[in-house]
Amino acid sequence: MGFLGGYGQVLADSSVLGAFWVNITLTFWSAIIALVLGTAAAAMRISPFTSFRAVSTLFVNIFRDIPLTVVMVMMSLVVSMALGVQFSNDLNLDAYVLAVIGLGLYHSAFVAEALRSGVNTVPLGQAEAARAIGLTFSQSASLVVLPQAFRGAIAPLGNTLIALIKNTTVATAVGVAAQTSGLMKGMIEIHANYVFAIFMTFALGYVIIVIPVGLATTALSRRLAVKR
Amino acid sequence: MTVQEADGWSVADAPVIVSLQNVDKYFGPVHVLNDVSLDVAQGEVVVVIGPSGSGKSTLCRAINRLEPIDSGQIIVNGQPLPEEGKQLALLRAEVGMVFQSFNLFAHKTILDNVTLGPRKVRKTPKADAEKEAMALLERVGIKDQAGKLPAQLSGGQQQRAAIARALAMHPKLMLFDEPTSALDPEMINEVLDVMVDLAKNNMTMIVVTHEMGFARRVADRVVFMSDGCLLEQATPEEFFTNPQTDRAKDFLAKILQH
Repeated sequence: MGFLGGYGQVLADSSVLGAFWVNITLTFWSAIIALVLGTAAAAMRISPFTSFRAVSTLFVNIFRDIPLTVVMVMMSLVVSMALGVQFSNDLNLDAYVLAVIGLGLYHSAFVAEALRSGVNTVPLGQAEAARAIGLTFSQSASLVVLPQAFRGAIAPLGNTLIALIKNTTVATAVGVAAQTSGLMKGMIEIHANYVFAIFMTFALGYVIIVIPVGLATTALSRRLAVKR
Repeated sequence: MTVQEADGWSVADAPVIVSLQNVDKYFGPVHVLNDVSLDVAQGEVVVVIGPSGSGKSTLCRAINRLEPIDSGQIIVNGQPLPEEGKQLALLRAEVGMVFQSFNLFAHKTILDNVTLGPRKVRKTPKADAEKEAMALLERVGIKDQAGKLPAQLSGGQQQRAAIARALAMHPKLMLFDEPTSALDPEMINEVLDVMVDLAKNNMTMIVVTHEMGFARRVADRVVFMSDGCLLEQATPEEFFTNPQTDRAKDFLAKILQH
């Protein structure tokens, strides 16, 4: 059995596609959390109420400044062990939910900042015109300012999504073992002679996932750009 | 205040729609509105003129509280301007505003720009709002542009759309903050024509402008401001032929010699 045949057997024995699928679903759920929390934080950041702005600024700075690994370990040590919060009796599912929450919180800070840079692309006159026809603050934010801010923020939001895809590998820190970085580690331990091929397989897998996301966000940001 | 006569009707007995009483506003150390008092009656067209930086735009923007004032009082429709919140939003719905830079919602079509206020503020059903919006767009002469985005229109068309957007709220008063200053010369008249039409239909209007021809033809009263102070108010005829203050004389000399 040659090198290729041997490595083919290693791949056949390992659930590489299954591991990537775990990372993709982790990305999906944490992206939803990040988008919802990040939008709320951005809306609070531009609100006329000082207390809202303060809370949002504090939230963004905490989760932007702490390294992701530390956030994930905190989810495990503080939320799970110290506070005893348990999402499921199934240990694997419990770790998965903790990972999604940790990833969602961490990336919501970056979504909020991306949206804030998007808000800065919207001229002040847009909000003034919205207020002048009698829209309330929340109406002018949701109908006029934020829709334009999203369009102006597609490129930075895409970057955040790409970072999130790759950062899902940190889910190991809360004990999600079935995902790519866990599997890669395991495969290298058992098949040390194929270390380079294994490494290249996972690197290539991420490149294949990320390239279309990058292309799509570039195309979208061009197509949806607000013409002024 | 003198009795104003225009187009054969008198505004002397008409109720006061806007009343500014001893209004002061500062931008840092700059006294941008200095003890300004002004009453505007229903149906009256008041044109505010003066050198740039004199506080004209701030005066206009203070009336719907886009600029909060530091002291004094502004009464609109018999009610003091509310603080920021729901009440203020309701009052702003009654006061139409047209900006120098049009400020049409850049991500919405012209039709959606005009229907947004009626639908979201007045809760008008979509079909009714669109029907009225099309009538308004026809009135300002851009019915065939209804499906386009603002960036696809010329400046004059955008400003006429902005006027239609304000009219869709059935305002009791229209504020115009230098509506033609950002326009190419050949587009100024198409916007002024719409404004003349509004004035003829008895709309109460406060117009900040440098268009002296418009002031002469349409204004019931001209108000002259300089350095934050309201220095003169008179009929256009009186003001342009016989200005009282040196600063007004100086200003008119500078702009009318061309």
